[in-house]
Amino acid sequence: MELFVGVINYLVFFAITAGTYGILALGLNLQWGLTGLFNIGIAGFYALGAYASALVCGPLPSAWDSRVFGGFGMPFPVGLLAAAVVCGVVALLIGIPTLRLKADYLGIATIGIAETIRLVLKNESWLTNGVWGLQQIPSPLYDPIHKGVGALLRGHADWPSWAHDLTSQAYNWFYLILVLCALLSLYFIMQRLTSSPWGRVARAIREDESAAAMCGKNTFSFRLQSLVLGAMMMGIGGSLYAHYARFVSPSSFEPLYGTFLIWVMLVLGGSGSNKGAIWGSFVVWGIWAGTDFLTRYFPVTATQAASLRIIVVAVLLELVLVWRPQGLFRRGPSH
Amino acid sequence: MDALSRIPQLLVYGVISGSILALGGIGVSLTYSILGFSNFAHGDIMALGAYLALGLLALFTGLGLSNTPFGPLSFGFSFTLSFALALGLTALAAVLIDRILYKRLRHATSVILMIASIGVALGLRNVLQFCWGPQPQYYIEKIQLAIAVPGLGVRIKPDEVFIILVAVIVVTFVHYFLRHTKMGKAMRAAADNMALARVSGINTERVILWTWVIGGALAATAGILAGIENKFITPELGWQMLLSVFAAVILGGLGNPYGAILGGIVIGVSEEVSTAFIPTGYKPAVAFVIMILMLLIKPTGLLGRRR
Repeated sequence: MELFVGVINYLVFFAITAGTYGILALGLNLQWGLTGLFNIGIAGFYALGAYASALVCGPLPSAWDSRVFGGFGMPFPVGLLAAAVVCGVVALLIGIPTLRLKADYLGIATIGIAETIRLVLKNESWLTNGVWGLQQIPSPLYDPIHKGVGALLRGHADWPSWAHDLTSQAYNWFYLILVLCALLSLYFIMQRLTSSPWGRVARAIREDESAAAMCGKNTFSFRLQSLVLGAMMMGIGGSLYAHYARFVSPSSFEPLYGTFLIWVMLVLGGSGSNKGAIWGSFVVWGIWAGTDFLTRYFPVTATQAASLRIIVVAVLLELVLVWRPQGLFRRGPSH
Repeated sequence: MDALSRIPQLLVYGVISGSILALGGIGVSLTYSILGFSNFAHGDIMALGAYLALGLLALFTGLGLSNTPFGPLSFGFSFTLSFALALGLTALAAVLIDRILYKRLRHATSVILMIASIGVALGLRNVLQFCWGPQPQYYIEKIQLAIAVPGLGVRIKPDEVFIILVAVIVVTFVHYFLRHTKMGKAMRAAADNMALARVSGINTERVILWTWVIGGALAATAGILAGIENKFITPELGWQMLLSVFAAVILGGLGNPYGAILGGIVIGVSEEVSTAFIPTGYKPAVAFVIMILMLLIKPTGLLGRRR
């Protein structure tokens, strides 16, 4: 029973992370899957959302912090909103010079913005606390739930230990529900958007931009809207990450986790499909976490194991691109 | 005043790093114009070249080959041999990646190729990290003193003169190749219009093969020279230079190898000179800002044509 509870607790933790990635993958699906925008700077928006939310909701700087600004102690929904707004504004600024050009330019520019955001997070200590990052980010409703569970467990000391183990993780259950609510709401918004007239124009732009322009559609404006909305979703993902991890630092947003894994998730799940984006995030995060367990039995060092796992995911991506470009979970040719 | 007095020296550093960026940029430009996609793995091919040279150097040292420095340089025969062989091996690796992966995606859209190249980039980087670890590796662990250039008020190391010389020789060679050899002309034709080149009897698969050979060898040259200049290499070497390389290519005009050379020098010099005025931590962002400004003013680049 203890083992079973341990597995359940792990799965909850797993689903929180995979669900957060699902939100990022949905954002990328709006940009790339629906409109064909090549964003490879996801990590930048992810980090920006996390930091914005952490600064809006977090505590004032402590005596050990090198930052002198921020920490407004606002409630979580304000942080979520701030994350989305900041990411949207940055996407707008980056979209204006690049969205009239070929996909290559947007791709390179998004790498650039992600790198610039990383440099700002590292160097502007007055705001971001530099490489030490922001600590003690409050988790929404953490205290009431934690206290409630504590009181409950003290009142039922006769419960078997597995029941204690299970109940003590109640906060994670709450956060999982929070993440899944966000994921499902965004999923339904995306489904509505995909089948709306707006979504039809976006798909038309993806397939043939000049044809869409000939039909009198302002393709630049549609592309910009798509980039901004997708970036806002990525910001929400970042905010959910920050309030669960309760700590963010520039190293939490390496290009690998922030960008590459999400691309693999979407390509595997099937670009253009919202369901595929969510499936892809759970499957790829499953592979990523699963190989973590597997490589522990290999005679390699921890860094070598990490490299090996990335090589596995990279090979997986290439196999899907060559043999199933429509993704693993969709039938028929792409779109 | 202090910042201004440093500028001549920073210009020298800029030309050095600019020539390295130019070598990387030519490869990116060639793959873009002939294969039609921005190769995000190019930086990691540079790193591959740098590590192949490191591996060969270790092998030759093990075999007892001498590396007694040539004159004022910090390296000798066995490193020069490793350098030359690493170019060939990297070119071979680039061709192999093309045969195994990109060839199967010849008819895919350019964005699919870009996604594939990101996979290659992370794959390669982690193969290097798996074999050599993430810590810095050194070609030669010896400090070389910079020599004052009389009359100019700048100092330069003999190795850095070597870097600039190699870059000039390689660029001259590429120029000759593209202008005066049959394959070079075929490459320029294919870059202009792949379909037209094919119907005029040019073997486009051979053109693609040569594109990878040249791009791979130039990338290796850039990677090894960066290793000489920085004194160490890490698996992140290519990724750290990628943004500057792309900025150079876009500044000069995406798809124009001569533009890449000009862009490389401009980006290299701007990055170095910027350190006199802004915190060094933001050096990598300088290339990005210049690139965005160029995209706003003239997206086709300094030497680009209208497409």
